[in-house]
Amino acid sequence: MTVPTPRTNNGAAAGALLRAHRFRAIELIPWILAIAVYFLFPGYRLLATQILVLILFAISLDLIVGYAGIVSLGHAAFFGTGAYTAALLADAGWQEPISALALGAVTAGLLGWVSGWIILRTRELTLLMLTMALGIILYELAKDLDDITGGFDGINFENTAILGLFPFDVLYYTTNYWYAFAFLVLGFLVARTVVHAPFGRSLVGIRENVRRMHAIGTPVQQRMRHVYVIAAMIAGVAGAIWVQVQGNITIGVYEFEMSGNILIMLILGGTGRLYGAFIGVTVFTILENLTETVLGTDPPYWELVVGVALIVTVLFAPRGLLGVFDPLIRRFRERTP
Amino acid sequence: MTADLGPAVHENPVLETKGLCKNFGALVVARDIDFALEAGARHAVIGPNGAGKTTFVNLLTGALPPTGGSVLLDGLDIAGLAEHERVKRGLVRTFQINTLFNGLTVLENIYLTVAERMGVATGLFRPVGSRPEVVAEAERLVEMVQLQDDAGRTIDELPYGRQRLVEIAIALALEPRVLLLDEPSAGVPGAESHIILDAIAALPADIAIMIIEHDMDVVFRFAERITVLVSGAVLASGPPDEIAADERVRAVYLGHGHG
Repeated sequence: MTVPTPRTNNGAAAGALLRAHRFRAIELIPWILAIAVYFLFPGYRLLATQILVLILFAISLDLIVGYAGIVSLGHAAFFGTGAYTAALLADAGWQEPISALALGAVTAGLLGWVSGWIILRTRELTLLMLTMALGIILYELAKDLDDITGGFDGINFENTAILGLFPFDVLYYTTNYWYAFAFLVLGFLVARTVVHAPFGRSLVGIRENVRRMHAIGTPVQQRMRHVYVIAAMIAGVAGAIWVQVQGNITIGVYEFEMSGNILIMLILGGTGRLYGAFIGVTVFTILENLTETVLGTDPPYWELVVGVALIVTVLFAPRGLLGVFDPLIRRFRERTP
Repeated sequence: MTADLGPAVHENPVLETKGLCKNFGALVVARDIDFALEAGARHAVIGPNGAGKTTFVNLLTGALPPTGGSVLLDGLDIAGLAEHERVKRGLVRTFQINTLFNGLTVLENIYLTVAERMGVATGLFRPVGSRPEVVAEAERLVEMVQLQDDAGRTIDELPYGRQRLVEIAIALALEPRVLLLDEPSAGVPGAESHIILDAIAALPADIAIMIIEHDMDVVFRFAERITVLVSGAVLASGPPDEIAADERVRAVYLGHGHG
């Protein structure tokens, strides 16, 4: 113990805390890939756009699952609420897309604020059941009110050009891709800022040990409610973009499958690291698409493939696909103080 | 740090309980407890296993709601205050079993606490890295319990005795006025327990401290006053020599295995 290793002493630990929020060159990779995909695979822009939107959705879920440790099986409640806000506004004549999307964030956030008041009083399985219940209630409600929501058939609607300059393009997904891309960048930066702020650190504390958080004077429930609202708003934005780029909405946005899949994608990629969302959504969606192309959709083999992929991940990479690299990175850091 | 070490003659205790009761159904775990802790007090609470000592701590901190009676902080009933609000008013506890952020480093454990105490933990935008004063304060506390060589290790990587020091550092980071130490040396190997005891001996003199402890050497070295709890009720309370001489205490408590 006479010669402390550089990683463990006070100064080094403080340095790590102080530098944690700085951008690293490696963080450019997903964005370069996203730009490259647009030019290299023009035939896949629809799929790529969906991936971008789902990444944003998964990032919002990561804030509550990965950071605060609140596992939700009903995150589509916020996605769907943002989506319906944007779609119904457009249908009623409010066709400016960005303000509609902002209002989608507001309604989803309000839903988060109100539902969080009840849901976050509970813990673990009860909490999980309540998040699921919220999703199911909204889905059934949307199904019943099909004269407003369009039910299974859905509603087609149109938005005016983005900033009055770039019209949506549902055939070739040019504008649509960059629209989703821009909001993914924005949403990601918000999430990244929040998790590196003291607020985000305190969420990790809640995940690690709730009892200890109470005992250091944290109003735990209030803090969870705040992140719940932030996550709901980002999910609302994702939902709004999801339907705006398609010019169509069905009650599918509220489906339980939506909530379940996004959680699976996040776990696949790795929780509590934001970038897990990128990997998880991309791998899941491409896997789903590949199996559908190769094996057809009847029967839906992709569910089997995704199931196997998930089991393999949980068994061999419990911290998700990105977590596989953790030991390598740690070894690298120890060698280069 | 210059505290009045003369006989405690304060009229108003910092922390006080009146007729504090707690039942779990038919099981009575706290029975009419009257207790007072004055500024700068060194007060030990002892009692056999299952006497309700940790329950008493939980009632004081608000982790458990009492069935009856009241807890007063600075003379005010704090029944309506949640656990975290009591912490904000200087009522701080440590845990009998380490209750830490096991996946985080020692420094991060302290950092979270300091951020909370300084009121910056709600900050959404400015990153941790642009608040060096908070990190510096965390570093200072890590040095105070002499864990500077382990600051970058996660709690998981530390031996239990050193984890115990993190419990104490967290408590200090909260700048307590009243500190409730729940068996601070429990689970610590004998060879390491002096580190804990030294840390406790070095605590600022103006903090009112209640210590729950099984080790009679620690109790008689540390305490200026002792309260004996048996079956959730106060059996005796007084200066150490009085307690040591008390026949009832000897019978129910000291008699077991200490004779």
